[in-house]
Amino acid sequence: MTFLSLLVFSPLLGIVLLMFVRKTDAKMIQWLGTAATVPPLILALFAFIQSGRGFRLEQLDEARDWVRLTDLPFLTDTAYVIRYELGIDGLSLVFIVLTAVLATLAAVASMLVKTEKKGFFLWLLALEIGMLGVFAAANFVWFFLFLEVTLVAMFFLVGKWGGFERERAAYGYLLYNGLGSALLLVVIAVLIARTGTANFALLHEMLHNPVAQGQWIAPLTEEGRRWLLGGLLLAFAVKLPAVPLHRWLIRVHVEAPPPVVMLHAGVLLKIAAYGMIRFGVGLFPDEFRAFAGAIAVFGVINVLYGALLALRQRELKHVLAYSSVSHMGVVLIGLGALNEAGIQGAVFQSVAHGLISALSFLLVGVLAHRMGTTDINRLGGLAKAMPLFSGYLLTAALALLGLPGMAGFVGEFTSFLGLFQTKPALAAAGALGLIFAAVYSLKAILDITFGRACDRQEAVVGWRDPQVSAASLGELQGGVVDLQAKEAVPAFILVALIVAVGVYPQLLAAPLDAVVETMMNGLGG
Amino acid sequence: MNNVWQSDWSMMAPEWIVLAAAIVLLVIDLALPSDRSRRPLAWGAAAAAALAMIATAAMIPAEPASILHDTFRLDAFAKAFKLILLAGGALALLLVAEWEPKEGSPHRGEFAYMMLFALLGAMMVASSGDLLTLFVSLELLSVSSYILAGLRKTASASNEAALKYVINGGIATAIMLFGMSYVFGLTGATNLGDIARRLQETNEPYMLALAFLLLLIGVSFKLATVPFHMWAPDVYEGAPVPATAFFAVVSKTAGFVLLLRLLVTMFAAAPSEGREPSSLLLSMQPVITILAGLTMIIGSVVALRQRSLKRLLAYSSIAHAGYLLAGFAAMSWAMIDSLWMYLLVYTLMNIGAFAIIAHIVNETGSDDLDGLAGLYRHRPLLAAALGLFLLSLAGIPGTAGFIAKLYIFIGLVVTEPGHYVLAAVMAITTVISYVYYFNLIVQLFFRPTFTAPLGRLPAGLSTAVVLCALGTLAIGWAPGLAYDVLAQFGHFGDFLP
Repeated sequence: MTFLSLLVFSPLLGIVLLMFVRKTDAKMIQWLGTAATVPPLILALFAFIQSGRGFRLEQLDEARDWVRLTDLPFLTDTAYVIRYELGIDGLSLVFIVLTAVLATLAAVASMLVKTEKKGFFLWLLALEIGMLGVFAAANFVWFFLFLEVTLVAMFFLVGKWGGFERERAAYGYLLYNGLGSALLLVVIAVLIARTGTANFALLHEMLHNPVAQGQWIAPLTEEGRRWLLGGLLLAFAVKLPAVPLHRWLIRVHVEAPPPVVMLHAGVLLKIAAYGMIRFGVGLFPDEFRAFAGAIAVFGVINVLYGALLALRQRELKHVLAYSSVSHMGVVLIGLGALNEAGIQGAVFQSVAHGLISALSFLLVGVLAHRMGTTDINRLGGLAKAMPLFSGYLLTAALALLGLPGMAGFVGEFTSFLGLFQTKPALAAAGALGLIFAAVYSLKAILDITFGRACDRQEAVVGWRDPQVSAASLGELQGGVVDLQAKEAVPAFILVALIVAVGVYPQLLAAPLDAVVETMMNGLGG
Repeated sequence: MNNVWQSDWSMMAPEWIVLAAAIVLLVIDLALPSDRSRRPLAWGAAAAAALAMIATAAMIPAEPASILHDTFRLDAFAKAFKLILLAGGALALLLVAEWEPKEGSPHRGEFAYMMLFALLGAMMVASSGDLLTLFVSLELLSVSSYILAGLRKTASASNEAALKYVINGGIATAIMLFGMSYVFGLTGATNLGDIARRLQETNEPYMLALAFLLLLIGVSFKLATVPFHMWAPDVYEGAPVPATAFFAVVSKTAGFVLLLRLLVTMFAAAPSEGREPSSLLLSMQPVITILAGLTMIIGSVVALRQRSLKRLLAYSSIAHAGYLLAGFAAMSWAMIDSLWMYLLVYTLMNIGAFAIIAHIVNETGSDDLDGLAGLYRHRPLLAAALGLFLLSLAGIPGTAGFIAKLYIFIGLVVTEPGHYVLAAVMAITTVISYVYYFNLIVQLFFRPTFTAPLGRLPAGLSTAVVLCALGTLAIGWAPGLAYDVLAQFGHFGDFLP
């Protein structure tokens, strides 16, 4: 076992141990499940700190023989050898740290899940393995393998522990993402078939080095490359999601249990951004230019459409769901700019939105648990009953609207800066979305924290979530409890991270520099 | 070589083992008092199939050879596919051992040896080098299968299944025989190698194309692909579960063996109309492509509406036959390799699923998919195993199904120009298939249970489930295991005589 394998598969230990815990021992399950997410966190932070001190991440590369599809005599010895390969660079490291942090916080937040905790944690840990693996994979087959692990895990987490319409949400998730994955698989199959390798570095070599192109098993025309990139982008556009492929996202945001949404909005959507950067810009830079304009347009549509719909929602989860659509549009804008600032901005925005949405859904989970609803019309005046909670909620809203000094600002500013350099008119249109963001986030949060104080009895009538309703109804007799220490700690950590990235973006920029530079070289300056 | 008695009979060792076992079991069944259980007979039959598998594996390093005037060939292709057939047969016989008929007297005895005879037929198809032996062994497989379908003598569904099977099978056989008559008329030979050589000199492209299409339609019956797929759901539903498993796995594998042996051997080098360097097989590629596409679409779309587990798996098996046919239609260098890999994986995941369904049918007497509801609560391991087989059928990575499907995909796009449309159809139908496979998973894990808890899995079924689950997981996470075996066969370089 080497470092990266250990990092990716360490939650497996928790899965194995959990198998031996009795189903009814909720305390033990919560404790063990949370503890199981700590080893990858420690390892990820260790790698992050070491790389900051000049450690070369390539030294972590690992490879093992896995399968050789065929040894036909006319092929070279390395053709169709698919190996188990892990390897990271600054880009993957940033996402791995994000995943590890959010996974631990989501595990802590899972204390609000009351039913069948054992199964829940088993799948949550499987989801973490999948997410870590996606970012650590150094070849397409393993990338896909880990990606599908997240698909199955999410299907179970949403379908079994979600809200009232959980199965519908789970199917929506499965089918949309399944289609994206199927498309991705076809692209992967073409690349493997034509080049005989699935390794990212080798593929890059095969695609760009004229000498290596002589080793192609079957040629790939210029047009073929454009189709491949188009397929890749479409596959990840489903997973991002880009309007009009976003319907599934809304349902998952609303129906899935809040800790799962923390990971879904926080990490899973970012896999799409990662995929577009790594494979789109990384493998097909020349062809990417042709698509950049369209990507920027879709980005602006996402930003405006998401923001406008968020304005009209009266259910907090819906507001946040559409704001996710809007914020993922900023990622597309950064990519569409196709310059250094743009790509950096896309990554910043991914990380920033990951942290912010995790914070929002952590708080939404608490709110749903305490008040029995997240319907804005039924809530109000919480500032008095839950001052600490309201403070955090307001912080989340400020982060969401992109207040300078917080992470969201860095992501949006850098992305738009990139687009203003290349396509100022589009960027100006997209920037309107930022104004809307201020309106919808403040409006929603202020209605909840101030405004007319709500009647809890009335609030619970509108209850839709069978998961926590029983617990919440039982607590109805007592007064409203403010944020407790075990809930405030993860919230505080998230706020600290959001501010840290906002005040000192170099934290993220440092590991990214080398990667972005390589990509800019690929793009021809 | 001229004297039949001096032939190297040891080449047929696996066939002898299966034949001897079938006859011995038949005699024992006759001699045994009628009140004695026939269960050990099925175990014996499964052991015989396993023994034949070992014998086949032992012959892998041998050079390709043929006996009986080149009617019986033992090349890499025969060995490779016999391994799959025998594995499928042995696993299906484990299901037979635990079969509990709901009505009338148990007929375990004939169930076991009829299945062995059918298996023998399938093995002979794999080794045939001549139209005559090919046809006779195919009939041995078919006739034995008709009997297997009707074994529940007093159940009307079973009788209906047998009757439909006989009539459809009869029509298909007639069509195939008609096609063979054209080939014989054009060449005057029955040996596949002779036919292939003489066809190269014929100048009758249209006649040949007609013969090809007739043969293809005839074979599609065994494959359960469009246009001869309609029998499968009814027969699968009416037949006893172990027989259904046998049809879905061994019969289908035999069908693909037949497809390759018959059509590829004879037509790979036959001239086609128009451009001279093209072969008839390649010129027929569009037809096969369309059939493959239709099969995938019909199989996966109609499966969405099924409530009966057996019918659902019937349509799913049609869809899988479509994937396999797509691998055939690609006609890349990966063709036989990818079909072998897919059929191996298909055998494991299907028999595993059928074994669990057999248990549910045994216990509840119904095969409605409600029977799965909440299985996770009282039989978590069983539910996990079925979940694994379903994920594998859906082609999710981490299971064998993904590895096999990936290879078919690669085969589809490795040629220039690639079969992108077929690959797209395959990708989309795979996603459609998620709906019905995950629907069963929802039943297993999400729904509350409202039936009495199932009893323990009997020994035969649990052996089959464990073997299949291990195979599915092992190939999923360490595909090298299966590909190393495949590499032993040297890419079937000696396939063409």
